[in-house]
Amino acid sequence: MAVRVQENAFDGGAELNALHADHTGIGAVVGFVGYMRDFNDGQDVAGMFLEHYPGMTEKALAKIVVEAEARWPLLKVEIIHRVGALRPGEPIVFVGTASAHRQAAFESCDFIMDYLKTRAPFWKREDTAEGQRWVEGRASDQQAAGRWREP
Amino acid sequence: MIRVQYFARYREALGRDGEQLDWQADFSSLGALRDYLLQRGDAWQVLAEQNLMCARNQELCGLDEPIADGDEVAFFPTVTGG
Repeated sequence: MAVRVQENAFDGGAELNALHADHTGIGAVVGFVGYMRDFNDGQDVAGMFLEHYPGMTEKALAKIVVEAEARWPLLKVEIIHRVGALRPGEPIVFVGTASAHRQAAFESCDFIMDYLKTRAPFWKREDTAEGQRWVEGRASDQQAAGRWREP
Repeated sequence: MIRVQYFARYREALGRDGEQLDWQADFSSLGALRDYLLQRGDAWQVLAEQNLMCARNQELCGLDEPIADGDEVAFFPTVTGG
């Protein structure tokens, strides 16, 4: 398991390839990359700043990975999340999961993103023509995370 | 002593990223601590938001979470990473 919180950009393709580099038991790798858009809520967005809670952020991400590992037979998991200043088109987040079979890799990647969006302490502030604004949480993200609630 | 931290929109509204408070016996929970902070005036009403999130010792929790002398706690708006 690897969790990285960093200011620098990353290469999602290289991260994805590295996931199965030295593990021939891996039969499926799923990767998700989230990018910064140049629009949101009907407005052009020129840039973004990602604030986080140093210390808690890493713990929260690690906890999500532990939960994913308890639910699916995962052989590797990696999360990278950017903080600081970002420009449109830049990658924000990478989640990669590796397993013997595809279903575990697909589902766990989806699960990790849903939990990351609702439980990891990051906050986005956008630069628009009308000034800076904090992105508000979405009910749809809460609903997506709710899908994974165990009975 | 208790360390309180504020993030993002709350940090800006309150004009500070955190503070140290002398421990008081009536800080029985995060909710009780929030009630104490709300009494400080208008700017602090931001902490009354329904979708406020909080953490105790860097773990997400509810407002009913008990707190203790020496804890690090935090109040913040709904998270928006990813």
